Amino acid sequence: MTLDLALFLILALVAIAAALGMLLSRNAVYSALFLVLNFVTVAVFYLLLGAPFIAMAQITVYAGAIMVLFLFVIMLLGAERLPDAKVLPWQKPLAYGLAFVLAAEATYLFVTRARPEGDILPPEAAVNTLDNLRALGIALFSDYLLPFEVTSILLLVAMVGAILLTKKEKWERK
Amino acid sequence: MMLSDWTLWLEWFIKSLVLIFALLGGFAYLTWYERRALARIQSRIGPNRAGPQGLLQPIADAVKLIFKEELVPARADKLLFFWAPIITMVPSIILAAIIPWGTSFTAFGREIKLYLADINVGVLYLMSIASIAVYGIVLAGWSSNNKYAMLGGLRSSAQMISYELTLGLSFVTVIILADSMRLIDIVNSQRDIWFVVVQPVGAVIFWIATLAEVNRAPFDMPEAEQELTAGYHSEYSGMKFALFFMAEYQKMIVICMIAATLYFGGYREFPFLSNTFFSVDHTWTLGSWQITNWFLGPIYLFLKVVVLLFGMIWVRATWPRIRYDRLMSFGWKILLPLSLAIAFITAVGILLADVSNNPVFFWAIPVLSIMAGLFTVAVIYRELRRKAYERA
Repeated sequence: MTLDLALFLILALVAIAAALGMLLSRNAVYSALFLVLNFVTVAVFYLLLGAPFIAMAQITVYAGAIMVLFLFVIMLLGAERLPDAKVLPWQKPLAYGLAFVLAAEATYLFVTRARPEGDILPPEAAVNTLDNLRALGIALFSDYLLPFEVTSILLLVAMVGAILLTKKEKWERK
Repeated sequence: MMLSDWTLWLEWFIKSLVLIFALLGGFAYLTWYERRALARIQSRIGPNRAGPQGLLQPIADAVKLIFKEELVPARADKLLFFWAPIITMVPSIILAAIIPWGTSFTAFGREIKLYLADINVGVLYLMSIASIAVYGIVLAGWSSNNKYAMLGGLRSSAQMISYELTLGLSFVTVIILADSMRLIDIVNSQRDIWFVVVQPVGAVIFWIATLAEVNRAPFDMPEAEQELTAGYHSEYSGMKFALFFMAEYQKMIVICMIAATLYFGGYREFPFLSNTFFSVDHTWTLGSWQITNWFLGPIYLFLKVVVLLFGMIWVRATWPRIRYDRLMSFGWKILLPLSLAIAFITAVGILLADVSNNPVFFWAIPVLSIMAGLFTVAVIYRELRRKAYERA
């Protein structure tokens, strides 16, 4: 067993345990922390695949910015202790059904396509371009220019909307 | 890289130990340095009893803190209360892992490089570790079950998120100038001219943003002692408190190392010394020995860090803490647009200089940046005057 495989298996266990901990924890702060752990493990997966840029971006954006905001909101609202929620009667069967569909689809794709002759690319081909920052930048600003710009406009609209929502009170006072 | 290459592992291990002990010793004597320098600025004497010039004061403080009783508040979250100081401590150490402290030398038949890790996304690594450093403080505030501590934690998370963007944009200007994210490349591209000369406003923005990131005065809102007793570490005592203290001071050291690396030529000599005996690349002979000046690298870095640390202490002694709402509007309404403008000016200047091969465009970067900075200062001044006039 190579070192990479051993690392992968250990990290996979940590990632799954963290995801389960996030779901099952009754305290929202602990849930958020489990999710941070999960994000960091996924970042290490990217490192194992030889894509340090995506790994660091994952930590900065998800663990560093988004989850800090989540924690901030949880603590600000004092919403960390969940009351024992009422179980909706249709929730459990629906969840099981959807989970089964997802598992079946994933298994089907994995069995039929994840072979050398299948149409899922081996990771190296995609990763080699992502490792090189210059290549990544050129790809973003040439091949993917339109999606990139559309995304930036989307984010701008979201930002303007958020600012507008907080401004509303002052207008009403006038 | 194989597991069997045990000499490589040994080398990493020794380098890590050197780095950790340098940071620990640096922390101990930074507290002494800060207290003495602050005292000097405030016309006091400062600690001078333990040992000559008070040099044994850090040891006395450490002994005192170790023997203090540790309290855990009632109904605190015991698990997170225990882990929060550790979570605060770890980022401040691992941040130092990628900072180069020198070139390389040959010993035991192998080339030993004077840095721990050389990764091609170095600057982004700094960014990501800095962004997760807030967790320790937030969790300390939350788990203490104390309103003041909680407010300190919330303040620090809001403050760090706000200033992170500015910090990232000031990194961007350096990346554009050096054309690389590797810290070694950034240091080497400052061989002829330091980036603080090319982009002085960027350096100032970086400095302000890092002061806010490490919660130093005048941005020490999370621990504002007059309002929040001691903020997020109100409930901590003994060694757990010492860990927070240690993390703050180690972060100061590491941030000064980063500032030196990004804007002040890192481990390299002054540009006007670059082809003289004092250059880190200079090789000379002593009898039959060939000696390269690799040992000057850590010395230069140390001197730069000491000067920058004095800058931080000076700022703390000089400026009062700014009000929290002003801190936020300063970050979002002034620093963020200014740093965007700086990044834009740098990018366009470099592009035009490359395309036209005309150095005028390159020197337009500092000129335009300083003009943008002065304009910003004028806007702040006018706004403050207007507010003062309205109050009167």
